[in-house]
Amino acid sequence: MNKISLIIKREYLTRVKKKSFVIMTILGPLLMAALMIVPIWLSTQDQDFQIIEVIDETGLFINQFENTKTLRFEHQFVNIEAAKDSFYNSKYTSILYITGIGKQSTAKMYYKKQPGLNTISKIESTIEDGIRNIELKEQFNISKEQLEQINPIVNVETIFRNVDGGEETKSSTISSVLGFGGAIIIYMFIFLYGVQVMRGVIEEKTSRIVEIIISSVKPFQLMLGKIVGIALVGLTQFLLWIILTGIIISIAQVALQQNIEVADTAAIEEVMKAQGAGNVDTTNMGNQIQAVIDEIPIFTLLISFLFYFLGGYLLYGALFAAIGSAVDSEADTQQFMMPITIPLIFAFVVAQTVIQNPDGSLAFWLSLFPLTSPIIMMVRIPFGVETWELLLSMFLLVLGFIGTTWVAGRIYRTGILMYGKKVNYKELWKWLFYKG
Amino acid sequence: MDILHVKRVYKNYASHTALYNISLHVPQQSIFGLLGPNGAGKTSLIRIINQITAPDKGEVYFEREILSQKHISQIGYLPEERGLYKKMGVGEQALYLAQLKGMNKNEAKVKLKKWFQKFEIENWWDKKVEELSKGMAQKVQFITTVLHEPKLLILDEPFSGFDPINTNLIKKEILELRDKGSTIIFSTHNMESVEEICDHIALINKSKKILDGKVNEIKNTYRSNSYEIIFEGNMIAFSNALWTGFEILSTTTERGRTTVKVKGTDDRMSVNLLIGALIKDVKIISVHEITPSMNDIFIQKVSEINPEDISEGGSDE
Repeated sequence: MNKISLIIKREYLTRVKKKSFVIMTILGPLLMAALMIVPIWLSTQDQDFQIIEVIDETGLFINQFENTKTLRFEHQFVNIEAAKDSFYNSKYTSILYITGIGKQSTAKMYYKKQPGLNTISKIESTIEDGIRNIELKEQFNISKEQLEQINPIVNVETIFRNVDGGEETKSSTISSVLGFGGAIIIYMFIFLYGVQVMRGVIEEKTSRIVEIIISSVKPFQLMLGKIVGIALVGLTQFLLWIILTGIIISIAQVALQQNIEVADTAAIEEVMKAQGAGNVDTTNMGNQIQAVIDEIPIFTLLISFLFYFLGGYLLYGALFAAIGSAVDSEADTQQFMMPITIPLIFAFVVAQTVIQNPDGSLAFWLSLFPLTSPIIMMVRIPFGVETWELLLSMFLLVLGFIGTTWVAGRIYRTGILMYGKKVNYKELWKWLFYKG
Repeated sequence: MDILHVKRVYKNYASHTALYNISLHVPQQSIFGLLGPNGAGKTSLIRIINQITAPDKGEVYFEREILSQKHISQIGYLPEERGLYKKMGVGEQALYLAQLKGMNKNEAKVKLKKWFQKFEIENWWDKKVEELSKGMAQKVQFITTVLHEPKLLILDEPFSGFDPINTNLIKKEILELRDKGSTIIFSTHNMESVEEICDHIALINKSKKILDGKVNEIKNTYRSNSYEIIFEGNMIAFSNALWTGFEILSTTTERGRTTVKVKGTDDRMSVNLLIGALIKDVKIISVHEITPSMNDIFIQKVSEINPEDISEGGSDE
């Protein structure tokens, strides 16, 4: 209807033109890009060359330390005191002094240039490995090679076998990341923009313009126009974020390209390890990710993401509008926020359990229940969900949306004209049954 | 012809009755005063006419048709509690409100510019509402109410928040709109302002209509048959000159002039009779009939129904 589109247009334009919107739109991608680029950039910056003078009194670690592009170990067979005396005139950035016998070995490091944590842990593990190998040999007569032979490597491959006998391999790691990522975005969107709906309603109520507007349009139209207008603001912002993040990252990639090429591949590998990407061989990892992504229902995932993204927002947006209409100021919203935030936060917390057991009964029921389904179903979809479950969940979400909008509409039309009255739940219940 | 006919309307809220069996006829091209103390039910009635709420019982007719959504563009409403979007530009906002009333954007723009010129506020167009003073915002609001040239204008306490100069400006505009064919419903609890501009009134108290009709006729009906005479001369001569059909209500003498208020004990009383009786004995400065103000009528009417309660404070709305 024409009047609703007028309202949507106003809600959309006034928000998009705000300075805060522009700032957030620019800052968001910058922050996100920074999160991805900075670690890589930092790794390329770690070019300080260190030469470590190794004085090994035990004699067990000769040539055991691995040199890298930024780190070189040189064994010197000199007295530690002599080395210390000439330290500041030498090329060495630090002295590694290993003393003691066997298990009792201790190491000290004298430096003029602080060694990195990585360097130290590398030295520690080399020494530990050395001692372990000697102990194994001495106590159990097992060589390093023998130990490696019996060291088992087992990867459990999870294969889904469907009714028709077809089999699919799935990677739960990538599914978890995708599902949880989607759920987080939906959760944030509902909260951020739901609260905007509420604020918008309170603004209209406190500025008293609402009575003028509802003498021209129905309260329900005003409410719906506001919810839809703000949804469009949110979509615009997310779209701009995705585009801008993409642009910034590709610019940064070009700028960093040369640096990355010269950079030690080991350094990048280390960064990836540090970020928890696992010990997967890098060349292999790309292929694995590709293989898993091929198996995840990308199309279903995208469509359902959009659906739950909007459905969840609309469902909660209506409730936020109802709250806004029932109070006189934002300070009074607390008591009514509880029933809305509890299912949302609950869904978010449970999502972490659902990842562990995406086909469990808790996951099943919560992914059907409209107040939790936008988050829980999002988590489940990358693991594969039966079509009927997905359709039923979507259908229930639509019903839920219609239900909350109906309830909210009735509270709203009474609430927006109610001033200076402390409203409680009993009162809200009565409003549901007032005649138009 | 009546532009608006409210027929036996009832409206109840959870805890109280807002309107009880209210019927009104608002004649075309009149200024209709809807009077009553705060909380009497005026705003409830206005909201029903604006279709913001629906009556529990009863109907409202607009030009003999049942009131419906299509009449929205023919009604202009200035609520008592008014406001605008604070962060929005004045012109932009006025355009938005006009479009919501069903006006075409370009047409609205042309008309708005005219009104802005008339009120000498052209340079406010791009200002934000929060930069305006309360009075300035009220002017903008008045314009948005009348811009779409509604057949029926409903003004709830239109003068609150205006200084005397702007009050006169708005009064002039109201009369002009009436002369151009609009009908105005003018809701207020300030009885004095009504007498000046209203043709018809309806008095509402405690959700019931207690009086309605033309202002002149009502005033005639509620004549108190009392007069005020100012004269120079002897009080004894004055008393002698009056015949027994009078009762003296009060006398005050100041610098040789005496002001006397009298009340006739029967209906034959008139200014002419008084002058005839007094002219030989005292020097008359002035004689006039004391006509009751709407306020007096209101208080009298309310106390007739409910003798112990004539205060103007009502129950909460």
